[in-house]
Amino acid sequence: MSLPFLLEIGTEEIPDWMIEGALGDLRKGFFETTGNESTVDATPRRLVLRATGLIERQPDVVQKVSGPAVNAPEAAVAGFARKQGVTAAELEKQDGKYVVMKRVAGRTTKQILAEGLPEIIGKIYFPKTMYWTGKNGLRFIRPIRWIVALLGDDVVPLEIGGVEAGNVSSGHRILGARQIPVTITDFEQKLRDNFVILSAEERQQRILSATGRGQDEDLLKTLVYLTEYPTVISGSFDPEYLKLPAEVLVTVMKHHQKYFAVYENGRLTNRFLAVTNTDGDPDGLIRRGNERVLRARFNDAQFFWETDQKKKLADRVADLAHVTFQAKLGSYLEKSRRIEALAAELGGDGAAVRAAHLSKADLTTEMVKEFTELQGVVGGLYAQAQGEPEDVWTAIYDHYKPVSMEDSIPRNRGGQLVSIADKFDTLRGCFGIGLIPTGSKDPFALRRAAQGIVKILVEGKLRLPIRKLLNSDAKLEEFFLDRIRYYFKDIRGFKYDEVNAILASGWDDLVDVEERLIAIQAVRPTEDFEPLAASFKRIQNILKQAQFTGNGGAIDTALLEPGPESDLYHEFQNVRGRLANLPYRPALESIASLRPKVDLFFDKVLVNAQDPQIRQNRLTLLQTLLAEFSTIADFSEIVTNT
Amino acid sequence: MDSYQEIIFKLKKYWSDRGCIIQEPYDLEVGAGTMTPETFLRVLGPKPYRVAYVQPSRRPADGRYGENPNRLYKHMQLQVILKPSPADVIDQYLGSLTAIGIDLKKHDIKFEEDNWESPTLGAWGVGWQVMLDGLEITQFTYFQQCGGIDLDLVPAELTYGLERLTAFLQLKDSVYDIEWAPGVSYRDVRFADELQFSVYNFEMADVGMLWKLFELHEGEAGRLLGEFRALRKGPGIRNGPENRVPGPYVGIERFPLLPAYEHVLKCSHLFNTLDARGAISVTERVAVIARVRKLAVGMAEAWMAQQYAGELVEAAQ
Repeated sequence: MSLPFLLEIGTEEIPDWMIEGALGDLRKGFFETTGNESTVDATPRRLVLRATGLIERQPDVVQKVSGPAVNAPEAAVAGFARKQGVTAAELEKQDGKYVVMKRVAGRTTKQILAEGLPEIIGKIYFPKTMYWTGKNGLRFIRPIRWIVALLGDDVVPLEIGGVEAGNVSSGHRILGARQIPVTITDFEQKLRDNFVILSAEERQQRILSATGRGQDEDLLKTLVYLTEYPTVISGSFDPEYLKLPAEVLVTVMKHHQKYFAVYENGRLTNRFLAVTNTDGDPDGLIRRGNERVLRARFNDAQFFWETDQKKKLADRVADLAHVTFQAKLGSYLEKSRRIEALAAELGGDGAAVRAAHLSKADLTTEMVKEFTELQGVVGGLYAQAQGEPEDVWTAIYDHYKPVSMEDSIPRNRGGQLVSIADKFDTLRGCFGIGLIPTGSKDPFALRRAAQGIVKILVEGKLRLPIRKLLNSDAKLEEFFLDRIRYYFKDIRGFKYDEVNAILASGWDDLVDVEERLIAIQAVRPTEDFEPLAASFKRIQNILKQAQFTGNGGAIDTALLEPGPESDLYHEFQNVRGRLANLPYRPALESIASLRPKVDLFFDKVLVNAQDPQIRQNRLTLLQTLLAEFSTIADFSEIVTNT
Repeated sequence: MDSYQEIIFKLKKYWSDRGCIIQEPYDLEVGAGTMTPETFLRVLGPKPYRVAYVQPSRRPADGRYGENPNRLYKHMQLQVILKPSPADVIDQYLGSLTAIGIDLKKHDIKFEEDNWESPTLGAWGVGWQVMLDGLEITQFTYFQQCGGIDLDLVPAELTYGLERLTAFLQLKDSVYDIEWAPGVSYRDVRFADELQFSVYNFEMADVGMLWKLFELHEGEAGRLLGEFRALRKGPGIRNGPENRVPGPYVGIERFPLLPAYEHVLKCSHLFNTLDARGAISVTERVAVIARVRKLAVGMAEAWMAQQYAGELVEAAQ
């Protein structure tokens, strides 16, 4: 007989952003214990797992127990039989030994679950856990308050953190009943009757049906997991506030109040949508409450805006002397001076240098102190309001970009250069005083900074000499190389061995790296490429084995044997002559075209010739070939099947 | 419509009915109700405790000269400690909102993750900010550590922002407009000290004097904690045939740790004032916080030793 199963872990409100990860762990743990697939659902107050088709008990197994040898003394045989609970006559003989075939009853699934579930639940990973039953008690994300564990009609007996499993669930905190007896069949409906929509998908639909599609995905997900019964209400604010920059209004609504901003024809309106955890707002009390909170927030923002305007950004730069960037790296005034110098050094024009000069001044404004996530943006807006040219204010506005790998890079050259200068300065400074990220510890977000530089250089087509900008700091170079690899491999999807091959031939100019990668990716599938790569690896091995360092000798053509050796040499000369003016792709194709000659060489010619002079000359030939053709990529890094 | 003070009466009554001692505010400047001994020291150790009190909380940097409708130099918190936290703690909390006239069925209440940490106290916990129609009205924290010590019983700490809550209930846009008592506004009662303390903290406080006071209080707290430690190590204090046998200590309960803690609190407030005055650079900040933290952690440890010496010895045996 096959049985359905239901587990509901009833908790106090779980942080919305941790819920999906927890469900994944729960599902995985269940599969590992039972071998059954399951479906999982959650609200802030419950993690639910449901499965069907569980067997009632594991099949019985027959276990062989070996005893004494067949020629053992009778007493020993009798003792074995007694111990196994059979008569000596019932013993069987196998391979010269007495054995008993014992039938072991399979364990019931109920037993397995009763023992396994506490462990499965305990293994759910949460970024920050708590204890609540007392020191050394169970740790979980928030206190567990009830557990429903049903296998068919039976409760699976188990206890976690002092809570015994049963068949009683609980409804919405305000609108539902506290104690709801459930069965597997009526569980979801009973929850619904008590104002809990179990399915996240359905809650999302319920929100979107009121707000319309195209809402901010992150905020939507947060609200889906912040509510059990989401109901959207619409509110408005005084249109006067629309005089404030949309960026500020949207930040207040979205980040601080978790409201959806409302646009019409791409323009922000004086309306907002709030997602409540209720079944409605017939008296408008909730709307009015939210409107009042928003008004207070906007008032603050307006006050900050007006106060901040009393002192121009340019006049605020000096105040940065009092804002510490990092204890050993000095103030933001010093940092902005360095950014300014670096932006100029990178080829920035007057506008870029001006933007660099003003870039950090907004850190002294009330607006940024209150809405730190708007740093840069506020500076840009203030610069615009204070009459700075467009090139300048947009560069300030954009200079923290890209804030993630999904984010776009600064829109113009000036912004790109200021952004790069700022990030290089942070990286150099931190590495210089030993603040190097380890594991998950990266308080100055150096990985993000380096990643941002890589993205800007490549996507902004900026040919800047990175290694020089890294001060030739070995640790910083290694750190950077990791970021470059990550970018091309994980973000851009190039194969890891191609990335390794290209980077091994130099990475000072990332635009060039990208061009070489695109070329190698295109040439990779061609017939000659991988075999040639294998030959290059072979050449490298031969040179290594011979401990050949080249000693600067040139190829002596007189020593070349006619046939494959001389052919290879002439072909090599041909290709070399052509390469200089070719773009990467045809260049790689030309190199790949050497393959037949290389193959023939290895086939017919003995590199380790008796005559040391000839041997030396052959090694020189191979080494020259390798060196000449490794400027685009180090082919020996290519992983081949041959 | 209930006045501000009426709301406070009702909340105190509500928690009194649920077994809380109703304490009066601690008579020293603190930044939050958490810092008073009724929370900071009482949450330590294995003894259950329930207490509620209003604590005026001073945050010099939040002063706005009485001009900002929502921000105050000194605001009032209702601090509730339920140690250990009962299983129905959230229902009890929601009941307190009903008790002050909030019909929860007509409002939107959400528990949004908000973990609390106080670097100066070596204390942290996890919990939520409780949002009522988009307004944060309470900080709800399950304490996990205090003074660097794992807590034996996990207390729930409920901190109500009384001005906000009242403004919400009285439908006021500014805390200064809330009615404190019939016919008396919050402005009537508090405006002058908001204005004058803002002027003092931001413009006139004598930085040299504040530093001097800080050092004096730090010195005194450090001296007392040092003497306490010496007492625990020294001969003659222990019961028992040999000095190396651990406690229980004789006469240790007389040692003035509570006064030592007041000096720690003074340090904390002086630090906040110096900070508001702009006298502490970011670099110094970290170092000064570490100094206060060292005292707070030393205090928690000493308090455990003093109050629970007997239990600790029993537990060790």
